[in-house]
Amino acid sequence: MRYGRAPEVLNNINFQLMPGSFHFVTGASGAGKSSLLKMIYLAHRASRGRVSLFGRDISTVPGRDLPFLRRRIGVVFQEFRLLDHLSAFDNVALPLRIAGKKANDYRQDVAELLRWVGLGERMQAEPPTLSGGEKQRLAIARAVINRPDVLLADEPTGNVDPAMSLRILRLFVELNRMGTTILIASHDEDLVANSGRPVLHLDSGRLIALGDAQGNLHGEAG
Amino acid sequence: MALMGFDVARWRPGPLLPGSDARDGSLIFVVAVLTFLAVATAITGLAADRAARGWTAQLNHSATVVVRPSAGETPDGAAAKAADALAGVKGVAEARALEKEKAEALLKPWLGDTSILADLPVPRLVTLDLDPKAPASLASLTAKLKEQGIDATVDDHRLWIADIERGARVARWSMLGVFVLISAAAAAVIAFATRAGLAARRDVVEVLHLSGASSGFTAGLFQWRFARMAALAGLFGGAGAAILGALARMAGGGAGLTPVLPVAWIDLAAAIPAPFVAAIVAALAARAAALSLVREMA
Ligand SMILES: Nc1ncnc2c1ncn2[C@@H]1O[C@H](COP(=O)(O)OP(=O)(O)OP(=O)(O)O)[C@@H](O)[C@H]1O
Ligand SMILES: [Mg+2]
Repeated sequence: MRYGRAPEVLNNINFQLMPGSFHFVTGASGAGKSSLLKMIYLAHRASRGRVSLFGRDISTVPGRDLPFLRRRIGVVFQEFRLLDHLSAFDNVALPLRIAGKKANDYRQDVAELLRWVGLGERMQAEPPTLSGGEKQRLAIARAVINRPDVLLADEPTGNVDPAMSLRILRLFVELNRMGTTILIASHDEDLVANSGRPVLHLDSGRLIALGDAQGNLHGEAG
Repeated sequence: MALMGFDVARWRPGPLLPGSDARDGSLIFVVAVLTFLAVATAITGLAADRAARGWTAQLNHSATVVVRPSAGETPDGAAAKAADALAGVKGVAEARALEKEKAEALLKPWLGDTSILADLPVPRLVTLDLDPKAPASLASLTAKLKEQGIDATVDDHRLWIADIERGARVARWSMLGVFVLISAAAAAVIAFATRAGLAARRDVVEVLHLSGASSGFTAGLFQWRFARMAALAGLFGGAGAAILGALARMAGGGAGLTPVLPVAWIDLAAAIPAPFVAAIVAALAARAAALSLVREMA
């Protein structure tokens, strides 16, 4: 894929994630981790090659179906992208509202998840008043609240201490056990090592598979 | 730190779009001013049209006959004879010979001292009120006079009427033109401001989009926001123009503005559609802008 007319930032990428799998994406800064995730969460199209999601070739999916695919993907953005004019509670509720759910059906779930990520006392706070780590936990809560089939997290532990980082990893493992496919871009070597999960390593936009990831690699995108 | 109690059970979803910002105030102002101008033009146009109609109606229902006495006749005698003859024509409601004094009074502004007229055979005028439903034609009046051997000219004000109608037509079309231009400017301003407002909230649009909001859902948010704002502006502008029209109506009773610009209360109804039209234009502009912004993201 490429940004505007710039040269392609990813090429020779070829892999397949099986449903229910759990992978990390690693690589130096600027290697293309975020770019790879953007293609998967349908924010950016591949300039060539093919991206398939849930068994469908994205380039053939009609535009009106894309929102429904996006609702099945939870994303923790590297820069969080919280809505500053809404409370923490409203930010977490956002994907549920967009999916057309009724407030009464989810308000307790939202509260419970916020307490779980340690924001029980900050439910009414607006994001600009939260610390970096609190924003990160809020972004994670928003990404997982709607039980997505796929969770993409871009540096989800970049701003939290090791204890919280382990706690977040446990949340991801828990979600994965319930069937969510997980792909996490991370610099956090301890976290990656601790998890014992397969790693997709990017080097200047090229995929170099490591660990036991090989078994799952298939498909292609550029 | 003291914590305010937050009752989850009483939580209500907050507005997905950020509240109004400074730009919204100036948008409301500009749209209100343009709406004001558009409605004021419409009211003026309606009143001018009514004035033109009134004048042509008056002239249509009357005619003037200039009677020249033939040898051996007194001018008054000739006028009386002509009036008698014309009163019998179908389509004439009333025929009156103007007395000498009146005829001279009509000439006075031009001549000043009318005593010099004493010895001259001043033509006499006969004024006709025509039946408004079926006015007598110029031809039938002329034929009747000829038949009676009266030397006279009938003026049915045709030239004047044509002039007034031409003038009214020009006025009507130019009012319509000005109205269309102002409305188009208002629509363009709304569309422009909507686009700017949307661009400022691009981050919100992007998050909604990536969270799986359909483009229609996102467009709907902006559509309502801007429709409400434009409706408010249209209400201010329309009400302002209506108040101005009401003042013109009250100030002009009888004399003053009324004969020139006879504003009727009903004309003020031109203000009623203003908020709705403004809201619809804003909604369509916001929808189009939001859809194109979302399309850019896809
Ligand atoms: N919006 C953008 N417009 C243009 N170029 C971009 C954009 N985003 C990223 N790039 C470029 O694409 C390349 C890959 O960037 P990307 O953000 O995917 O890297 P990353 O691996 O996520 O890095 P980091 O670890 O610092 O987050 C970089 O060369 C970057 O400069
Ligand atoms: Mg990145």
